[in-house]
Amino acid sequence: MFKHMSKAFSLFVAASMTVAACGLASAADTKAIKVATQSPLSGDQSVVGVDMKRGAELALEQLGKPLADMGFKVELAPFDDQANPDTGVANAKRIVSDPAILAIMGHYNSGVQIPSSEVYHTSGLANVSPANTNPKVTTRGYLEINRIVGRDDVQGVVGADFALSLGAKTVFVLHDKTAYGQGIAEFFKKRADEIGMKVLGFEGTEEKANFDALLSPILAGNPDLVYFGGMYSQAAVLFKQARERGYAGTFLSDDGFDSSDASKIAGQTLIDGGGTYYSTVSGPASVYAGTAKFIADFKAKYNSDPQPFAAQGYDSMAIILKAIENAAKAGGGATPTRAAVAKAVRELKDFPGITGTFTFNQIGDPTVAKYFVLKVNSADPAKWSDNSIVKTLDIAPPQQ
Amino acid sequence: MNRFLQSINARELIRPLGQMVVFSLGSAIVLSSLVLTLALGLDQTAVGLALQDKYNVSLYTYTLVNLPQVVIDGLTIGFVYAAIALGYTMVYGVLEFINFAHSEIFAVGAFVGVEILIALDHSGLLRSASLGMSYVLLTFAIISGMVAAGALAVTVERVAYRPLRGASRLVPLISAIGVSFLLQDLIRLVEGLTTGDFNRIFPSFGNFDQRLNFGKLALGETTINLGISIKSIIVIVAAMLMLMGLNYLVNATRIGKAIRAVAQDRPTASLMGINVNRIISITFLVGGLLGGAAGVLYALKFTRIDPFVGFFPGLKAFAAAVLGGIGNLTGALLGGIVLGMLETFAGSYMGVFTMGAAGSEYKDIFAFSILILVLIFRPQGLMGENVGQKA
Repeated sequence: MFKHMSKAFSLFVAASMTVAACGLASAADTKAIKVATQSPLSGDQSVVGVDMKRGAELALEQLGKPLADMGFKVELAPFDDQANPDTGVANAKRIVSDPAILAIMGHYNSGVQIPSSEVYHTSGLANVSPANTNPKVTTRGYLEINRIVGRDDVQGVVGADFALSLGAKTVFVLHDKTAYGQGIAEFFKKRADEIGMKVLGFEGTEEKANFDALLSPILAGNPDLVYFGGMYSQAAVLFKQARERGYAGTFLSDDGFDSSDASKIAGQTLIDGGGTYYSTVSGPASVYAGTAKFIADFKAKYNSDPQPFAAQGYDSMAIILKAIENAAKAGGGATPTRAAVAKAVRELKDFPGITGTFTFNQIGDPTVAKYFVLKVNSADPAKWSDNSIVKTLDIAPPQQ
Repeated sequence: MNRFLQSINARELIRPLGQMVVFSLGSAIVLSSLVLTLALGLDQTAVGLALQDKYNVSLYTYTLVNLPQVVIDGLTIGFVYAAIALGYTMVYGVLEFINFAHSEIFAVGAFVGVEILIALDHSGLLRSASLGMSYVLLTFAIISGMVAAGALAVTVERVAYRPLRGASRLVPLISAIGVSFLLQDLIRLVEGLTTGDFNRIFPSFGNFDQRLNFGKLALGETTINLGISIKSIIVIVAAMLMLMGLNYLVNATRIGKAIRAVAQDRPTASLMGINVNRIISITFLVGGLLGGAAGVLYALKFTRIDPFVGFFPGLKAFAAAVLGGIGNLTGALLGGIVLGMLETFAGSYMGVFTMGAAGSEYKDIFAFSILILVLIFRPQGLMGENVGQKA
């Protein structure tokens, strides 16, 4: 018995040594670099976060060839930020301490991106954000931080203008007390005040289950429209309970509401009464001209329709790969520095992505961003991508 | 049959029912008169005028019209708290230590119940179920949640508390906190295995989401629907039945007598031929059963559960048990109802009374300030004087 064991053990040692030797040999030929991603891969926002990572994965697979030809081996290093600022920052510290990582695609939540990107900034790591809409993401003016979507100071205004166009005279504004949710709700409220809608209340809540107490003042005011700034996991539960208590008006939310899980939670209650709308910076993948192939490839690889922001994940990754390629070419084929990659991202001109053509302004906002308002059409979560677009706008970011 | 009926102690069935009615009505009347007085006092001030401007009603009318709904909401959550609080209080009564893992036992009950319903939903059974059948399935889910939570509670006691019984009182407390964290992450791990999404949504079926409307109340330019959803009724009725059953078990059966004996004096009880370990296991079992049922009811009422769902209800139920006088069954019932009411009243009215400065997000601060005040003046809790009757 013992003899067998030792034989097996020596075999194992020999095998692992061979593997190690191979590893050494190949490392000498190719220069290994990594691109990190951060998004919620577990927890209730993982539905969106996982597909964001998959989008990046797909981009690396399809667009990694130019870098491979130059002798680079690009690896994806996915991190799970759990939609939690503490976890995001802890991951960010691990990411910047790995010298092979040259850029990071990430974050779904502005409240996570903002503190995490302070870490990227201090070590000069380029960050392309596929989804973060809070103005502060870019207004800090960091060279490393860019995003490919619109901003909440525009999205909130789009929401308020849309509410007025529906004929809403009174609104009740709620938010989830995160940087993202509270931010967009404040922009919504400001605009609503400006254009003459009556804001009956403005409240934040971290409650996830029992909205009874919060709903009493809302139902008493019976506003034409209830606005929620935050994520679907809270908004859908709140909308469901409001409808069950007899609220017949309209619900309006933001791009955080854009997930099929919203209708899994609230179902028919989203369709009843005045219906449910949400503004977003990321239309369903099908609205973009270049995404037909992306959707087909995504379906073939992962056997499901892409969630919102998956295509943006793909584009963010494509931008990073292109920037690394440019920086490497400029450096004569050597592995580029983080600073060179960050500079190369900002310098990209008219990069053709699948969700648009991207040029970043001096603070990292795209020069033009798309904003959509969508209407929930079906109580069936499988038909979430059939939600109809009621409004599309192209707006340049505010100058500041 | 006749002998069986005679053997039932009817007094022990009616007494808790009476207590529940008295506590519910009492706390409703006290809190209602409090807010109405406050509303009358503030009506002509800036607070009243701000409301007049927004909703076109006087503060007094606003308060009055909203009252019935607030009371109903408060009672619903109050009974959930009471059912959980009984688990804390039973264990405290017998072992004099706080079982902090009880909130996770509640969560496990919720997850088991909801997972069973989700499985039934996938098999198509839920959608095709008739109304009667959907109640049967709900009962089945509740009972499964109870059994799982009860079994878990007994296991936790056997593994994490019994070996420490001779140690100082802080040691099992730390063990309980450890078990609590362990269970939270265990649920997260197990539920996250398939998709990474560890939250679950209570499938909608039957008529539980419907609402019984009692009528409309005019409020300024709008009207308020006064009503109660079927699921709230189910929560209240189920909690009442459980509380009555528990009261009967403790006060009118041989096992209950043994539980009370162990609570009063463990060594002497064991000299009288009571198997103390068995009785302690039974105490945990009963607490776990109640907690598990409360978990499924909580999921039914509030739709969405996550692995950390037990934390806040557990904390509040613990507070309720302390408020009522920990170790005292009637006290836990009273504490649960009062805390649920306080929280809902605070959440519903704080916004208008403070002109929107402190909205319902501060409801917990308010409820817990009251708790602190009560404990300053009555450290033994509201029902604390009945030490002899502790279970």
